[in-house]
Amino acid sequence: MMASLLAFVFSQPPDPFVPVKDLPPGTEQLPAAPLLIGAYAFVWIAVMAYLWTIWRRLDKVDADLRALEQRSAARSSGR
Amino acid sequence: MGVGPHACKKMNRWFAPLVVLVGVMFFAAPFLIANAPLQTTMGLIQKIFYFHVPSWMAMYSAIAVSGAASVVYLAKGTRSADAYAAAGAEIAVLFGLMGLVTGPLWGRKAWGVWWVWDARLTSALLLELIFVAYLLVRKYGGPGSEKLAAATALFGTATAPFVYKSVDIWRTVHPKTSVVPELPNTAPGMAGPFAFSALAFLLLFLLLLAVRVRLANRQARLDDLYLAEES
Repeated sequence: MMASLLAFVFSQPPDPFVPVKDLPPGTEQLPAAPLLIGAYAFVWIAVMAYLWTIWRRLDKVDADLRALEQRSAARSSGR
Repeated sequence: MGVGPHACKKMNRWFAPLVVLVGVMFFAAPFLIANAPLQTTMGLIQKIFYFHVPSWMAMYSAIAVSGAASVVYLAKGTRSADAYAAAGAEIAVLFGLMGLVTGPLWGRKAWGVWWVWDARLTSALLLELIFVAYLLVRKYGGPGSEKLAAATALFGTATAPFVYKSVDIWRTVHPKTSVVPELPNTAPGMAGPFAFSALAFLLLFLLLLAVRVRLANRQARLDDLYLAEES
């Protein structure tokens, strides 16, 4: 009993580290391609979305400018 | 004071060629990146490097513009300086977001986790939040918020070098700043595609800056007309 207790106390815990090369085939399968393509797609989407917001804001400012100019032209012709 | 018609004409001359150039470069970049040599330990996922690092380079450029323009605005109060400061801050948030999204996609494969609260990642997130704060101050701060926002931009600009050097100062999982300068010696095959990609991002930054400053100037003109109408 003493011998089995000593064997338990001095036994090493199993090492959880397994080198990638020793993994059984099919276990390390986090594919890189979707992450890579996702990253590049995000860059494109972010740029396009930002350009779209600028275009919308420019359109609104231009519409306000036109309305203001028409209003002031109408006022000056009414004088 | 906004940018005058002469400057607008000058901008229109180089704007269209720049749009074409940036479009061609962003179309060509994936082919160059695909043909670049694979990094031995990380493999395919390392190719995120070609647009993760340039997005931070573009962010630092935008921060430099916002910071310098904020100094000019606080000193002289010129409206064009304010336009550049706002444009720089907005674009810094955009490129920062790219870095903060592409980084975890790379980290998930290379480190096994999406995010680590280490010095570089945390300080980069805080830098992004400082410039988000700049935009919030401008949007909701009411009259006179431009000066408060300019002070926020200066705070962010002063923080940026610490974020950049954080990987050299503290122990982090993130690669050090020496990776990019040493690239021509350590991996000559990667240096060309990386330089191309970095140039594409910096030109994209200039393009977005020109468009955003144009918007700011038109908004300023609209404000002037409203004020003239009221008086």
